[in-house]
Amino acid sequence: MSATLEIRNLHVSVEGRLILNGVNLTVRQGEIHALMGPNGSGKSTLANTIMGHPAYIVEQGDILFDGQSILDLKTDERARLGLFLAFQYPVAIPGVTVANFIRTAINARRRALDPQDKGISIPEFRKLLKAKMDFLQMDYNFAGRYLNDGFSGGEKKRVEVLQLAALEPKIAILDETDSGLDIDALRIVAEGVNALAGPSLGVLVITHYQRILNYIKPQYVHIMLEGRIVESGGADMALKLEEKGYDWVREKYGNGAPQAV
Amino acid sequence: MATGGKADELRGIREDYEQKYGFHTPEEYVFKARKGLDREIVEQISYMKGEPDWMREFRLRALDIFFKKPMPTWGADLSEINFDDIYYYIKPADQQVRDWDDVPEYIKETFERLGVPEAERKFLAGVGAQFESEVVYHNIQKHLEDQGVIFLDMDSGLRKYPDLVKEYFGKLVPPTDNKFAALNSAVWSGGTFIYVPPGVHVDMPLQAYFRINAQNMGQFERTLIIADEDSYVHYVEGCTAVIYSTDSLHSAVVEIFVKPGARVRYSTIQNWSNNVYNLVTKRAAAYRDATMEWIDGNIGSKVTMKYPAVLLMEPGAHGEMLSIAFAGRGQHQDAGGKMIHLAPHTTSQIVSKSISKDGGRSTYRGLVRVRKGAHGCRSKVTCDALILDEHSRSDTYPVIEVGEQDVEIGHEASVSRVTEEQLFYLMSRGLDEEQSNVMVVSGFIEPFVKELPMEYAVEMNRLIALQMEGSVG
Repeated sequence: MSATLEIRNLHVSVEGRLILNGVNLTVRQGEIHALMGPNGSGKSTLANTIMGHPAYIVEQGDILFDGQSILDLKTDERARLGLFLAFQYPVAIPGVTVANFIRTAINARRRALDPQDKGISIPEFRKLLKAKMDFLQMDYNFAGRYLNDGFSGGEKKRVEVLQLAALEPKIAILDETDSGLDIDALRIVAEGVNALAGPSLGVLVITHYQRILNYIKPQYVHIMLEGRIVESGGADMALKLEEKGYDWVREKYGNGAPQAV
Repeated sequence: MATGGKADELRGIREDYEQKYGFHTPEEYVFKARKGLDREIVEQISYMKGEPDWMREFRLRALDIFFKKPMPTWGADLSEINFDDIYYYIKPADQQVRDWDDVPEYIKETFERLGVPEAERKFLAGVGAQFESEVVYHNIQKHLEDQGVIFLDMDSGLRKYPDLVKEYFGKLVPPTDNKFAALNSAVWSGGTFIYVPPGVHVDMPLQAYFRINAQNMGQFERTLIIADEDSYVHYVEGCTAVIYSTDSLHSAVVEIFVKPGARVRYSTIQNWSNNVYNLVTKRAAAYRDATMEWIDGNIGSKVTMKYPAVLLMEPGAHGEMLSIAFAGRGQHQDAGGKMIHLAPHTTSQIVSKSISKDGGRSTYRGLVRVRKGAHGCRSKVTCDALILDEHSRSDTYPVIEVGEQDVEIGHEASVSRVTEEQLFYLMSRGLDEEQSNVMVVSGFIEPFVKELPMEYAVEMNRLIALQMEGSVG
């Protein structure tokens, strides 16, 4: 059975301001969705809310994973169910190597399933990490560097994709993974995501620009404006946005400033 | 008759006694352990150990200084120390063997979780006086002796090499230095004596652990290390397991001489139980092109005051200090380092890291001094504090005194917290809140841990994880 992430009539506020205004969206394992929209339309708020960031308050509606509400689950519990968020701004953890971090994350998942689990052995882990890095054509020296500490924008995004590959979630949200990347870095990151996409992974690509969709081909495109999804369609919707920009969306659906809660 | 005065007369009387009544063998001397400190106790300690006269006089002089010196009025709160309620010397054979049942539950649990072997647990808890490492110890001793390296407890060092000890003992940290150095000088017992001959590189860290069956974990240890020209030695003191002590005061003195071209690294990981006042004076002198490195970790104790120093005596000398302190509930870690540039073209670096949690308080107190005429010196001080909750506290008191224009002195300080964004990021990968906190803290201390020998590094990480437990409601 394939996993499903279902968002129902979701209303979310941040610091007392209502940002999401009734979002409905369903992403299944094996599908690729793109969520597009102008800056400030609520795309990143949706991503952070799905992952359970404590600053984002659900006022109304629900988020379901395989039919079960996950609103009461903490971020780590959601992750262990099979959700993954590739961050727009990955956070530096000085002194913790990429390898050590990924191994700890794998072990945390194993122990959550079986408290007696001894964790992945070091040789087994090395083999796994090496295979993933080969797959993503990454230099092995990444493994020994401190997580995101002094990384360039492109390096940070590549390590996000490495984590995605190593942790093997069911549904992954890529939050503006294309922002801040030059065209080569963008291509490499997108190829990584394409290589991982398949029947066991559902992807929600959040982006402002159409250009990442030259590399990652979504089956579904959604347009968000003022905290709601206002249009959904096939891959051609992205091309329409590329051609015409967001003005026509604003004209058709725009309602002015966000409302207070 | 010699003009030695009263001390000589006293000695004469004792010799007479010894000859007439045969009271000279320690076995027949009945030493009654008692609390409190006076001349009699100090005389008895020296007598019991069969020390040379100069040491006895050194002790008595130090005792006078101890009585005269006021308590330090800066730093941590020491007002609860009651000097009359302490045993200053207990004959090793009389050392009370504590019942395992009397050891507090939390100490036992810590041993359990650190995976400390049964035999070591009892030793560390002060239950067993013997530790079954004798075979290992002897093999190592043989290996060292072949290279001319002396590695003994301080009492044996004084007995076997009195001249060498006399030349250096108390020369870097005289009893007049501070009240607690005076106290240690008066009543010291145990500690370590190391001499490394010219050109010898000791190829393994020398660890107090290997001679743990000797009397080395006293309250008033005294350590003296002499690294002769172009030699190298790494000494590791302490261990990560909780050292449980019912004695509330630990006051050690460490003196290190790093001769031209030599390098000494002194690593400490101390995890005293949380009733202990840990007041330690550590000082090294580094001569031409010599390097002294202090690696200093303070986890336990109620109060720690410790500022390892390097006197940079001659051009090319280099001093380093890398320290971490972990202050938990009810703890005050007042620690830092001192770099004293006495010669031109000397360099130093201090990296101090502290973690405060559950209302704990950590203080960095440091001094960089460049004497007039010591031109071309460079020094860099970095203090990083990590504060884990709003009840905890961190302070920084860096003092820089520069008597010369042509120098480069840098100071950087940072205070950080585990941010909500870091937690969210780590938890989004499946780590729970506690694991996430541990991860940030272990990253924070990584620059320290990676300098430790492997087995200590592993234990250190486990220990930090234990300290972090229960930190998340």
